[in-house]
Amino acid sequence: MVSLMGLIASAGPLLQWSWVSSERWEILHFLYQHIELTVLAVGIGLAISLPLGVLAWRVPALRPPVVGATGVLYVVPSIALLSLAAPITGFFSVTTAEVALVSYTLLILVRNVVAGLASVPADARDAARGLGYTAAQQLVRVQFPLAVPSLLAGIRVATVTTVGLVNVTAFIGQGGLGQLIEQGFSEDFNTPIVVALVLSVLLAGVADALIVGLERVMVPWAHKRRVAT
Amino acid sequence: MGFLNQVAHFFATGSNWTGSGGIIDQLVGQVELSAVAITAAVVVGAPLGALMGHSGRGSFVVVNAANAARAVPSFALLTLLAIQPAIVRLQDGGFVAAAIAMFALAVPPVLTNAYIGVREVDPAVRSAALAMGMKPGQVLRRVELPLAAPLLMAGVRTAAVEVVATATLAAYVNFTDLGNYIISGLANQDDVETFCGAVLVAALALLVDLAMAGAGRLLTPAAVARPARRVPGGGLRGAGP
Repeated sequence: MVSLMGLIASAGPLLQWSWVSSERWEILHFLYQHIELTVLAVGIGLAISLPLGVLAWRVPALRPPVVGATGVLYVVPSIALLSLAAPITGFFSVTTAEVALVSYTLLILVRNVVAGLASVPADARDAARGLGYTAAQQLVRVQFPLAVPSLLAGIRVATVTTVGLVNVTAFIGQGGLGQLIEQGFSEDFNTPIVVALVLSVLLAGVADALIVGLERVMVPWAHKRRVAT
Repeated sequence: MGFLNQVAHFFATGSNWTGSGGIIDQLVGQVELSAVAITAAVVVGAPLGALMGHSGRGSFVVVNAANAARAVPSFALLTLLAIQPAIVRLQDGGFVAAAIAMFALAVPPVLTNAYIGVREVDPAVRSAALAMGMKPGQVLRRVELPLAAPLLMAGVRTAAVEVVATATLAAYVNFTDLGNYIISGLANQDDVETFCGAVLVAALALLVDLAMAGAGRLLTPAAVARPARRVPGGGLRGAGP
């Protein structure tokens, strides 16, 4: 990490260290806001997509409309989502930013919940039924644990995507690190933009690594199986 | 006058379409910018990815570079480029900055999919082609590339949709495209303008997605077409309760 920063610094005026050190609290504040917006979006997205995914999986008739709708919505640009929400939920509000960010995570997460549940082997379901599990018990004790890898894969993509998208919510006064980008652009000043870019990439990388670590802890068998084959 | 009436009025006003910097100008700008970026990404990314897939070398570089590039926020890259003196000096600096940023956005999906597409060609097919006396270059062009076409086209489609959507940001660096209404609407808290801009961008993105899906089907050799429809991971079909 240090050598990466050094590399950019040696490229000349792209990064002015004196600004970074004098503005460090401001930078940390934006970084914190960035993390907050991301965690909130993925958290709410998860809370909505889990029941929605289960519903779409339990009621096969609902699956094509739910999965299809998420597919279509995924094509709608994030900035358009932001702009569609702004007139309704207020121009400079966290709510507007979250509406857009959460919608985006939904599109990724719902798909993965359904795919994860659908990928549970029929044998495992039969065995659970044979043991006398009720439908709810099957879901909680068998299907969910087995769907975890797919779910975590979805959370990974959703988190990394959201980290990038948060920058754009700077247009409505949110944006975390995105505010540094706006500042750098309006002042013709490289450093804030480079700081935002580097921290954004690092944040995505760290979040990704954390979720991969979580997967190793939660579903060690999935990892072992992959290594074995 | 209700909100929807105002929206209807906005779209019914001729000068909003044909005026200087109007919807037509913006649409042309957005399509031009996107076309340049995607074409460049295909010209660079597809051969590079295919060659790497063919030779089997460089997979580590491809996968990691593509992942890292995806994490770079386009907004940061775009603004950073736009304030560089060398680009500011140009007459259409906004376009150049945006084209480079969109190119960077489009290359990873094209490159990775070309790589995986060629890489995943059945080794038996490759051996058969070699046994028929084809040279390595012929194997790549006449066997591997046609078989990789569905995946490559899927990568181009992803890239195109992402670029068309993200090109909206170019309005922020003073390039005239469909982002104009959105950026100025958000800044002035004009809900009608913001909404109309968003509708236009969303419609264009959906249209491009459909067009690319059609192009993908047309460019895919008929014999290869069927396996391509398989859902990746196989999760969403069958296996239902």
